Amino acid sequence: MKKSALFAAICVPAFLAAAPLAAKTLVYCSEGSPENFYPGVNTTGTSFDASTQVYSRIVEFERGGTQVQPGLAEKWDISADGTVYTFHLRKGVKWHTNKNFKPTRDMNADDIVFMFERQWKQDNPYFKVTSPNHSYFDDMGMPKLLKSVEKVDAYTVKVTLNQPEAPFLADLAMEFAAVQSKEYADAMLKAGTPEKIDQDPIGTGPFYLVQYQKDATIRYKSFPEYYGGKAKIDDLVFSITPDASVRWAKLQKGECHVMPYPNPADLDAMKKDPNVTILDQAGLNIGYLAYNTTKKPFDDVRVRKAINMAIDKKAIVDAVYLSSGVPAKNPIPPSMWSYNDAIKDDPYDPAAAKKLLAEAGYPNGLDTDLWAMPVQRPYNPNAKRIGELMQADLAKIGVKAEIKTFEWGEYRKRMQAGEHQMGMLGWTGDNGDPDNFLHTLLGCASAAGNGSNVAKFCNKSFDDLVTKAKVTTDVKQRTELYKQAQVIFKEQAPWFTIAHAVQLKPIRKEVVDFKLSPFGRHTFYGVDIKGK
Amino acid sequence: MTAETMEAPLVAAPTATPPHPLREFWGYFSANRGAVAGLFVIVGVVLVALLADVLAPHSPYLTDTKIALKPPFWQEGGSITYPLGTDAIGRDILSRLIYGSRLSLLIGVIVISISIVVGTVLGLVAGFARGVTEIFIMRLMDIVLTMPSLLLAIVVVAVLGPGLVNSMLAVALVILPHYVRLARAAVITETSKDYVTAARVSGAGNLRLMFKEVLPNCTAPLIVQASLGISTAILDAAALGFLGLGAQPPSPEWGTMLADAREFVLRAWWVVTFPGLAILITVLAFNLLGDGLRDALDPKLKR
Amino acid sequence: MLRFILTRVSLVIPTFIGITLLAFFLIRLVPGDPIETMAGERGIDAARHEQLKKDFGLDKPLIIQYGYYIERVLHGDLGKSIVTRESVLSEFQTLFPATVELAVCAILFALFLGIPAGILAAVRRNSIFDHGVMGISLTGYSMPIFWWGLILILVVSVQLGWTPVSGRIDVLYYIEPVTGFLLIDSFFSEDEGAFMSALGHLILPTIVLGTQPLATIARMTRSAMLEVLGEDYIRTAKAKGLSRFRVIGLHALRNALIPVVTVIGLQVGVLFTGAILTETIFSWPGIGKWLIEAIFRRDYPVLQGGLLLVGVIVMSVNLIVDLTYGLINPRIRHNR
Repeated sequence: MKKSALFAAICVPAFLAAAPLAAKTLVYCSEGSPENFYPGVNTTGTSFDASTQVYSRIVEFERGGTQVQPGLAEKWDISADGTVYTFHLRKGVKWHTNKNFKPTRDMNADDIVFMFERQWKQDNPYFKVTSPNHSYFDDMGMPKLLKSVEKVDAYTVKVTLNQPEAPFLADLAMEFAAVQSKEYADAMLKAGTPEKIDQDPIGTGPFYLVQYQKDATIRYKSFPEYYGGKAKIDDLVFSITPDASVRWAKLQKGECHVMPYPNPADLDAMKKDPNVTILDQAGLNIGYLAYNTTKKPFDDVRVRKAINMAIDKKAIVDAVYLSSGVPAKNPIPPSMWSYNDAIKDDPYDPAAAKKLLAEAGYPNGLDTDLWAMPVQRPYNPNAKRIGELMQADLAKIGVKAEIKTFEWGEYRKRMQAGEHQMGMLGWTGDNGDPDNFLHTLLGCASAAGNGSNVAKFCNKSFDDLVTKAKVTTDVKQRTELYKQAQVIFKEQAPWFTIAHAVQLKPIRKEVVDFKLSPFGRHTFYGVDIKGK
Repeated sequence: MTAETMEAPLVAAPTATPPHPLREFWGYFSANRGAVAGLFVIVGVVLVALLADVLAPHSPYLTDTKIALKPPFWQEGGSITYPLGTDAIGRDILSRLIYGSRLSLLIGVIVISISIVVGTVLGLVAGFARGVTEIFIMRLMDIVLTMPSLLLAIVVVAVLGPGLVNSMLAVALVILPHYVRLARAAVITETSKDYVTAARVSGAGNLRLMFKEVLPNCTAPLIVQASLGISTAILDAAALGFLGLGAQPPSPEWGTMLADAREFVLRAWWVVTFPGLAILITVLAFNLLGDGLRDALDPKLKR
Repeated sequence: MLRFILTRVSLVIPTFIGITLLAFFLIRLVPGDPIETMAGERGIDAARHEQLKKDFGLDKPLIIQYGYYIERVLHGDLGKSIVTRESVLSEFQTLFPATVELAVCAILFALFLGIPAGILAAVRRNSIFDHGVMGISLTGYSMPIFWWGLILILVVSVQLGWTPVSGRIDVLYYIEPVTGFLLIDSFFSEDEGAFMSALGHLILPTIVLGTQPLATIARMTRSAMLEVLGEDYIRTAKAKGLSRFRVIGLHALRNALIPVVTVIGLQVGVLFTGAILTETIFSWPGIGKWLIEAIFRRDYPVLQGGLLLVGVIVMSVNLIVDLTYGLINPRIRHNR
């Protein structure tokens, strides 16, 4: 033990002496290693954050917002019937350079066409490289939507759709539509190492990748020839730190400047720290406990209601979400249009719950399972702990709940197959439409088979409402329909709605102009750092 | 320290008995103050486990979020109602530790019982059967030994699914080879001795030889190995719990408690400190006891 | 002699086959669907699921898959990670130096403290020092190192602020990996502070990982010394009037160290076990953490490859120790 003190004595001055480098360096304590640098096959925010710095897209979301603005395309025309999009590309957009490859030409129409075809055409040599599962491309309905993608000339691309699709431009601003270099792809294919383009990426984005060390760091440098102008910071470093408490310790010590996903338990200390600001934004999400409405005893609405009344929601939010969440009463978040604020949540009332349970034929309580996710999710910081709290509450009305969990992939699969009696899950919206919650998660269509309606809830009047709203274009009418649907949801209680999580981002005071993305991305173009 | 460095001298121990074996044993054992201290702690832990219902001030499962993360009583904000403070959802840490002692002892005893029974049988079989059976059993044990124990245990738990029982099985499997080797070595030493040859000549069957003649003669090393093995079992099971693969919440298993408390390490030192101390003290006690037993039972090291 | 070596080496073959069987079948028994895991939160449609299963060869009977597996392994191909699509071997190569660096430091730490402590304890048998060393080392041996690491971080890094919290080096230093061993790479780099930074990051993990080996080595050294000190030749040397220092330093120590060296070899497995926990606590980018993550992600190829490589490494080290020991000590050679 003496030795450690000695060691420390030698080393401490060295740390203090570790002089800041002259360049402006921003360190981001990221939560994990990216899967690779090709967003087309990824679904995790961790991977998107790593690749989004490198690439540009045809169109971009404005920083900190959801508005679509020009990207690689300077402007575009949309035909009157809304099916033909003609993109006019920016000229003189430079590609990065790395040790594998020196580009000989600027970005042009070939690269745009390659972006589509790689994910779309099964016979494209790159279709299967890294992974043939282009999740977002498929999920956004692109294979069915696209009719043709043609290069008109070197700087013009014409995309024809099978039918009009209002959110098409917004889709193209999503991460999966990142544009890669066709020239680089061809060169690597020739060299027999096609997967290199996804591991040592070349893009046209504001930062280029310098080095990636798995589980340790990702280093970027600002790209001086970026079409939007050089970034304000010179170096961008992702310091990969999976443990939330450690991320906080590093932020405190100034070893990093921005950190995602703080531990709710540390928030109080963060608020007190004079060097740290916490940015917050309501999240588009819901965490819930789904009852399997096709299984006894939860096929009886009285049992579901009884459980709803038996769980102390406020206590859960206070203890587990702390200030990073608000109790939920509806299946959609309050910031979404058509949110029905008139609805009253089921009160916490164990006595009434017990009575209701007795009415339903369970005077002595019942046995059930209670599934808790094995992982932390944006909408649920600690499912096991919530499970323990629910379990304790339920015990008070005689319901014996056994907490069960599986490996995460397995967990979702089994929930979707309806193997549970009660189980926790949640959802983060993609496009801000209530349909993305109410129809996707509670409609009859997704209750069948292995659909995402894990309550297996299929109520005709509810389903009629949300299906009608789906095909209606008038927002006012849709709002009315969704509001009614929420009333039925509350009466039928297929879920115990737990909470909507708030996106919180502690950053150090010297970070200037960091903006939260409504999609949960972390982008550092436009961010500056002062003092150094 | 490891089984391997121990087994050779132990098995070689002569079995000729001085007049009062038990008294002699106690004489040696009680001279070792560490061992006696270990014994006392273990008796204490056993008593705590047995009397948990009486001793624990609260239910280990009773949650109350209003009193979450209360510090121990001697710190500002703490109260004597919750002597060692409360965890993230307001459960009394002392009560959880008290009930957790049941689990840890249970883990130790069950794991060791499984390993001893299965290991001894396999070892005896290998020692008597020789030939292909022996090679098969011993090679299998070599493979198990080659794998880092925790890694193998983790994979086994991954196969069986996380949980208290499965983690006990996994730990039992990874410590099994020590007992197999011990028993086999004993058989080989003993069967070359005259009394076994005599018994064999007089017509005793293999089975009878195994259990009547050979087994009693290797109980001493097995006892020593068992008491040291309990500490390994408790430690490994706690490590599995820490990685989220052992006993599942809300079970008050100490390793699981630690895993659950990890995120509070910066904010509430007590939720992390006490379960770890409990593990350390219990494991240390079993190791002290094991050391004492070995010294007392092994004449070669007597001094 | 040659026969001894050949026997020992030939014994390794069945163990190797056993390890491949274990690595393959045990991992395939793990419930969970790697394709589902890969697809992530958004799920995957049934047709694509089947397609991927085919692409990864997961649709064939297990025994056939094993056949393919062995064939590829013998060609040095351990497959690609399902999650990152990088080759398992190259991931292993980038992460392995971090583990080795940590393990070597831990062993050196254990040796430099453990051997002198063991010798002194033996020489001053039954003194307070002896009891102290034995007490501390037994405590170290009983230490739940996952807890030990947390406590050290809490006290040394957070309260005292003496060491960094996690990682291998301050991220501001950009070190091009040449050997992969950061101590070496940073030593030759231009940044002066880099080496000290790397060293500073190593302190706590080294202590945590070194604790158990330290305890083992101190105890082994003590008992080996005691045994040697009781032997006739030492008594003769003493009787001849040689100085106490010479007797202990030259004669006793040399003989006592033989079993200690063996123990170091046997610590490799223990170190791997410790590395899994230590790396998890300190976010150390090494093999232990890699394997744990692979388990949680159901990354079959990484798990299989990792188990196989770790098994082979431990097996080889054991073999080397065995051979060396046999060469040093002729009794072993003939006895078994």
